[in-house]
Amino acid sequence: MLAPPPFRLHTPASVGPANASSDNTRSRPAWSPYDDNGGTCVAVAGSDYCIVAASTRLSTGFSILTRDCSKLFKISEQVYIASAGFQGDVRALQKMLQTRNVMYEHIHRKPMSASALAQLLGNNLYYKRFFPYFTWNLCVGLDPEGKGSVYTYDPVGSFERVGFSCQGSGKDLIQPVLDNQLKAASPLVVPAKDWMSALPLEQAQDLVRDAFVSAGERDIYTGDSVEILTITKDGVNKEILDLKKD
Amino acid sequence: MTAGFQFDLCKRNQLLESKGVKGVSVTKTGTTIAGLVFKDGVVLGADTRSTSGSTVADKNCEKIHFIAPNIYCCGAGTAADTENVTGMISSSLDLHRYATGRESRVVTAMTMLKSHLFRYQGHVSAALVLGGVDFRGPHLFTVYPHGSTDSLPFCTMGSGSLNAMAVFESGYKDNLTREEAVELVANAIKAGIYNDLGSGSNVDICVITKGHVDYLRNHEYLQGKTYQRRQPVVYQKGTTAITKESLVSLSDLTIQDGDATAMDTS
Repeated sequence: MLAPPPFRLHTPASVGPANASSDNTRSRPAWSPYDDNGGTCVAVAGSDYCIVAASTRLSTGFSILTRDCSKLFKISEQVYIASAGFQGDVRALQKMLQTRNVMYEHIHRKPMSASALAQLLGNNLYYKRFFPYFTWNLCVGLDPEGKGSVYTYDPVGSFERVGFSCQGSGKDLIQPVLDNQLKAASPLVVPAKDWMSALPLEQAQDLVRDAFVSAGERDIYTGDSVEILTITKDGVNKEILDLKKD
Repeated sequence: MTAGFQFDLCKRNQLLESKGVKGVSVTKTGTTIAGLVFKDGVVLGADTRSTSGSTVADKNCEKIHFIAPNIYCCGAGTAADTENVTGMISSSLDLHRYATGRESRVVTAMTMLKSHLFRYQGHVSAALVLGGVDFRGPHLFTVYPHGSTDSLPFCTMGSGSLNAMAVFESGYKDNLTREEAVELVANAIKAGIYNDLGSGSNVDICVITKGHVDYLRNHEYLQGKTYQRRQPVVYQKGTTAITKESLVSLSDLTIQDGDATAMDTS
């Protein structure tokens, strides 16, 4: 038997993905460009308000990366994006949307409306259809009539205007509660029904707080605190509610 | 019927899996457990969260299991395995005590656990911290799922083991007092509760000394809900429609006295 050489060999087969000719066993990628950093977002649209809320824990696997990371991104005074999923892609997406909003403001001398941003986000998510942004988004704001508007997305850009929505790791726990409590119909049903939350603002805020506290009890990726923004014609109110730290 | 597990359906399950049918998911106690030898005994500690994937299955479960009146055991891994393996060894030791009339030794429990776990080559996924006091004094062991064991003055197990061990490594001294030992173990478990997502809720502690055990269930209750709903949901009577109604009056029933029939034990 030959002794192994006392130096490292750079054989092409040992770096990069194993090729099929030298490796008959099925191989899997040793590294993934994606991670799931957890977190939950909720948005509720009312007749004269809009609530958007997101938990602030950032985690990977069984570890907490930080207890205080905002998942809400401000586009203008009236329009926000809430994103859960992979934080790397969330930041890339936010940077791109910010740039596009600045360009829009230079051209049109006003910030983007919620509906314009909603379409822009949808287009850009679908643009990366085969290497998607690993993000679950909500686009939230007031429409030109001053009514709340919420747009909900999947990672590859399918989106829809809804009366309320929930995204992220706590979605399975919260969405059915919102369905039950807000009873808003789909905007697509014929004959048209009122699809926005009929709840007064205080009751809707109460519901959102309870939803996060309860999700924090059972979802390990929802915790630490929740940031709740209430958007009305008078401006934005920010509230931070503590959740359990375990 | 032979002793041990039944493997009858393994082949069928393999076939189903190859055809793309998903297997069952089991409740794992993504856990922080720890043990410590102090001046006159052993302190065991555990968190109380049990998880199934990313959801919390039980917010206040018991992970410190009874083995013998002088021996307890913390369990991490698959909940069913830790509960059953400690239960089996507990009942075997019970019979052994009837036969010998002596107090159980901690090494006996440890040997029985490791031989059972080794037989199943790690498929019985129980990671244990075993502690007790017998006539030779206090003992503390860790038992790994494949059947290897360690005997150490302090040890941790589970997904929060690194967090807990960090606290032990910075705070452990030989011959701690009972109070110091309980505090150190509680702090180690809390490190797991706060920093490991697989662990959470409360701290359970078990202090075993010569001839005495203090099982401190929920020694520290950590955090209640941070918000109570101001306008709770009230469902009106009749929200669920009654389709059928029938009343059975229990006052008309008579209780018959008679000869008891022996239970069939064949």
